[in-house]
Amino acid sequence: MRLSTKHLLGIKDLTKEDIELILSTAAQFKDVLQRPVKKVPSLRDVTIVNLFYENSTRTRISFELAEKRLSADTINFTASGSSAAKGETLLDTVNNILSMKVDMVVMRHSASGAPHFLAKHIPAAIVNAGDGINEHPTQALLDALSMTEKFGHLEGLKVAIIGDIMHSRVALSNIYLLKKMGAEVVVAGPPTLIPKYITEAFGLKVEYDIRKALQWCDVANVLRIQLERQNQPLFSSLREYNLAYGISRKLLESLGKEITIMHPGPINRGVELDSDVADGPYSIVLNQVENGVAVRMAVLYLLANREN
Amino acid sequence: MKIILSEQQIALTVKRLAHQILEDHLQLKDTVIIGIQPRGKHLSDRIVHELSALVTTSSIRYGKLDITFYRDDIRKELHVPNKTDIPFGIENKNVVIIDDVLYKGRTIRAALDALLDFGRPLKVGLCVLIDRRFSREFPIQADYVGTAIDTFSSQKVKVNWKEKDQEESVVLI
Repeated sequence: MRLSTKHLLGIKDLTKEDIELILSTAAQFKDVLQRPVKKVPSLRDVTIVNLFYENSTRTRISFELAEKRLSADTINFTASGSSAAKGETLLDTVNNILSMKVDMVVMRHSASGAPHFLAKHIPAAIVNAGDGINEHPTQALLDALSMTEKFGHLEGLKVAIIGDIMHSRVALSNIYLLKKMGAEVVVAGPPTLIPKYITEAFGLKVEYDIRKALQWCDVANVLRIQLERQNQPLFSSLREYNLAYGISRKLLESLGKEITIMHPGPINRGVELDSDVADGPYSIVLNQVENGVAVRMAVLYLLANREN
Repeated sequence: MKIILSEQQIALTVKRLAHQILEDHLQLKDTVIIGIQPRGKHLSDRIVHELSALVTTSSIRYGKLDITFYRDDIRKELHVPNKTDIPFGIENKNVVIIDDVLYKGRTIRAALDALLDFGRPLKVGLCVLIDRRFSREFPIQADYVGTAIDTFSSQKVKVNWKEKDQEESVVLI
C-alpha cells in the first residue's frame, strides 16, 4: 500500500484510499505521541526543509514537531531575513537548498500554485503547507481525523463551513476532502465572501443565514476572516460581521441541539467566534491542533518512502 | 510445496512452547508477553491462551508491539502500521517476545529498538514457531523454538492461521 501521488500538493489529487491510508497511519502515530518516548526512528536518514514564505505559527511548529518525532533532520527557512529578500527566485532558492542533499520540502507560499510549480522542476517530494487561496491539505486531513475521532465516520456527516470561503484554502481543501469521503457540505457566510460558481463547481448548498446552517449541521468549521487577503472591503465592519455571522454561546444554546465547533486558527475572538464558544465545551479546536502533528507525521512518513 | 507443520503439530508445539516459557518464568510473576504485529500475534494469542490455563495466581500481562516505524528498509518498501498495545510498564520486567518466523533477524532488531522506547526491561527472551537457521544477518537467536529448519533464501516459509488464512499449517514454498 502506498499513496498514489509523489507529492502532497492538494486534496484534489488524492483518492479516497489515499485519504483513508493517511488517516489510519495518523491514528497509529497518535498512539506513538502518547508514549513515554514520543519519537520513532522512521525518517532518521531523511532531511526536510521547511520553506515558509508566509507567516505561520501552528503549521510551522506542527510540521517541525512531526519531523522531529520521526527523527528527520530539519532546516527552517523563512523568507524574511533570507536571500529571497535580495531578489533570489523561488526556484534558485530551492535548487540551492536541494544541492545540499535535502530529501523533502514543506512549503507555504502566498502565491497559489507555488508548490505545483516547484513539483514540476525539482526531484524532491513536496508537501504543501498552504498556498495562497488554493489549498491547505494537511489542515483538511487533521480536520478529518478530528471529525472521525468524534463521530466515528465521515460518510453522511453534515458539515457547515462558515465564513470567508472566498479567501480560504482551508475551505477548499476541506470541501474536496469531505466530498471525496461522502460527507454533506454546506457553505455559509455573507454573499460577498462566497464565490459565485461554488455551487456548480462542487454541488454544494449555500446558506446565507447562519442560524439555518448551524441548525442543519453536525459540525461547524468556522473560518478566520482573512483581512490580509482582502483588497477591498467585502463587509462593512468586523462588528457588523460579528452581529450577522459571529457564533455566540447564546446562539448555540438556542439551537436545541448539540453541534461541534472547529476552527483552523488563529481565531479572531469576538469576530467569527466569541471567546465562550472557542473555549467552550462544544469546541474541539485544541484536539485539531493535537491531531495536526500525527497527521503531518503520517504524510511525511508515507511520502518519504520513494526511491529518488 | 512442503508441509513443515500440520495443524495438530502446531497445537502440540504451542503447548510445548508455553510450558518451556513457564519453566523459566514460574507463575509469570515479573514476566510480560509481547506479540509482534501483524503475524506474530496469532502465535502469541495461542501461547497466552495456553499459559492462562497453567497460571492460576495472577492474570497474564500481554501486549502487542508494532515495529513498522522502527524498520531499516523504509526507503525500499512501505509497510502499513498496525496497532501497538502495551497497557503496562516493562521497566525491570522479564519480556518474552513472540513472533512466527525468525529469519534474517531484522524484525527482532527493530522490535528490540521499539521495546526499549517503552522502558528498560530486566531481560528479553525470544520465542518463535519457526527458526530458519543459517540465514541470520544480525547476531540474534531465539530462546524458545518450535521447529528449526534449513532453507534456501529462494524459498519462502508461510505460516497459515485459521482466523486469517482459513487453515492452520506451516509450509515451505
